[in-house]
Amino acid sequence: MAIRERLSGNEAVAYAIKQVNPDVMPAFPITPSTEIPQYVANYIANGEIDTEFIHVESEHSAMSATIGASAAGARAITATSSCGMALMWEELYVAASNRLPIVLALVNRALSGPININADHSDSMGARDTGWIQIYAESNQEVYDNFIQAFPIAEDKRVHLPVMVCQDGFITSHGVENILLVEDDKVKGFVGEYQPEHYLLHPEEKMALGPYAVSNYYMETKRAQRQAMIQAREVILETAARFEEMTGRKYGFFEEYRMEDAEYAVVIIGSAAGTCKAAIDEIRNTTGTKAGLIKIRVFRPFPEDEIAKALSGVKAVAIMDRSEMFSATSGPLGAEVRAALYQAHSSVEAVNYFYGLGGRDITVSDFKTVYGNLETIAQTHVVTGMYEYIGLRSEQSKEV
Amino acid sequence: MEQTAYNFKEVMSKPERLAPGHRMCAGCGGTITVRTVLRALEEGDKAVIGNATGCLEVSSFMYPYTAYEDSYIHNAFENAGATLAGVETAYRVLKKRGKIKDNFKFITFGGDGGTYDIGFQSLSGAMERGHDMVYVCYDNGAYMNTGTQRSSATPQYADTTTTPAGKVSAGKVQVRKDLAAIIAEHHVPYVGQSTFTSNFKDLYTKAQKAIYTPGAAFLNVMSPCPRGWGYEPSEMMNICKMAMETCYWPLFEVVEGKWILNYEPKNKMPIEEFLKPQRRFRHLFKKENEELIGKFQEEIDRRWEELRNKCN
Repeated sequence: MAIRERLSGNEAVAYAIKQVNPDVMPAFPITPSTEIPQYVANYIANGEIDTEFIHVESEHSAMSATIGASAAGARAITATSSCGMALMWEELYVAASNRLPIVLALVNRALSGPININADHSDSMGARDTGWIQIYAESNQEVYDNFIQAFPIAEDKRVHLPVMVCQDGFITSHGVENILLVEDDKVKGFVGEYQPEHYLLHPEEKMALGPYAVSNYYMETKRAQRQAMIQAREVILETAARFEEMTGRKYGFFEEYRMEDAEYAVVIIGSAAGTCKAAIDEIRNTTGTKAGLIKIRVFRPFPEDEIAKALSGVKAVAIMDRSEMFSATSGPLGAEVRAALYQAHSSVEAVNYFYGLGGRDITVSDFKTVYGNLETIAQTHVVTGMYEYIGLRSEQSKEV
Repeated sequence: MEQTAYNFKEVMSKPERLAPGHRMCAGCGGTITVRTVLRALEEGDKAVIGNATGCLEVSSFMYPYTAYEDSYIHNAFENAGATLAGVETAYRVLKKRGKIKDNFKFITFGGDGGTYDIGFQSLSGAMERGHDMVYVCYDNGAYMNTGTQRSSATPQYADTTTTPAGKVSAGKVQVRKDLAAIIAEHHVPYVGQSTFTSNFKDLYTKAQKAIYTPGAAFLNVMSPCPRGWGYEPSEMMNICKMAMETCYWPLFEVVEGKWILNYEPKNKMPIEEFLKPQRRFRHLFKKENEELIGKFQEEIDRRWEELRNKCN
């Protein structure tokens, strides 16, 4: 029987770490992910797990030591947020190109400046091209479930890539919710014993890792990473199916909410999906407008064909970005989804909004406005408000 | 480990753990440091070798060839300390959990750029946490891999590509950082400073101690660079000797906090003897720069006295 609990998102991740009992965890404190290493340190201090914790002096060293431990043959994890992830940036590429199945608990937080400790996706979206698998969560339950699934995905021989398990800072990391925990033995069985093939401490073979590779070789390593990312698609779905068998909870590349007959859709990542669902229910109960939602769970690899297909029946879609990429055009999700629609020869009208930067609240009423805009766009076939910031304090702040 | 009498012939006959065929320059001190340190491993003892980015890394592990007979990991420029700390921690936990049985030693190499400067924090963290590993700095006094830019290990007045001696410049302005002393202040069980003596006994025995002392150990090895310093490869051993005889590069160790001077010249030679054979100090011998050699000498004398006081 599943265990009923009330946990914050950080507690849920820490609890999953306790159940997995990984070999090595180097970590450095940064708000809002600090609680994760704190909880783990407590588990270790009380003899509940025997993970080796490395008290590194920076996030750069956290990822460097995680890479060293993983290369040596250990199941290695870490946790971070925001600027901590930015400091790791160089090492994110090294982890992925060395094909190390590291799991990183990322608690999304805005990047400086100005310094801000609240949720947005600028940290993980900035790392979207590093070669890591990225899985996002709406709720505490999802981040717990995603974290457990991350190990078999990362460690699968078809994949061998690091996985970033993302949740929104404070909103889920500190918000306490009801949660269903899986029994320890089931979690252990699900993730299994870590048995790497090649590692530095192998008793029979020696290994050299991190070569200098000239242009004759470099490009092939990138293509191999790409292949692993392609293969990750099937492994992510297989793992989700296995997880559903164990828990009854269903996961895929994204969740579709009331999309069966939807004419107007929002595509979004993370905790704001919950607010959007509330808006959809209200809209459908009052005006009867057929509103729906696609909540991205897996951003890397990007489920291009599946998203285009899921949006094929709608009249208009709003793609909502919780981070800027300062192209003076779209946000990262906006660019990806519109590329998917173009490739599918879709004629659906699409608008791209920015919201929630630095933890700015987004409300049911904001989402109702978004769906209202979509109706207008579908009628007029004129996309107004492209790249608008939702919930901006004043129009004047747009001025330079 | 039992300390046996040093037998040069025997030591040199041990199997090489850095295979020939790497691409380091003729007359490179860094390579000699690596070979001497790795020779100090007991035959049969397994090791994982780490490496910061630098000449050594790009010349000894160019895909698909490695010169290392042991397992090896290079990560980046500034994190040789943290990376090997991760490897060593993995070793302890896998051993604790009964997943591996062999004994391993952990040795990482970094140049002075990767050690004194960009990797300083990572090194400090690894030393402070007390991982059972050896960090070896092959100190050639500049960023040699990128073409002799100054580092905090570059001696004062050295002509480098970012502190060129010119009409209004006499080379590097600042004096060099004393990294061995800084690491000793981390209160690690073993710190040694060495270079190449005629029979390599000093470096070999310090490497043995560093490797077989439980806990974190640091070796700072002056490793001349023919291209950056400007000397004929045949001059290298003489330059090392003059570094010791002038007290520019004293041989010392810090064992459990106790400072020990390993060599005291009977007649301390003037610093010119060290400077003269090197192109990077050529400008100091111009008439107008005479007083700079005097200043260089004053700094050597001051530091030598300071070291002697610590060792008494």
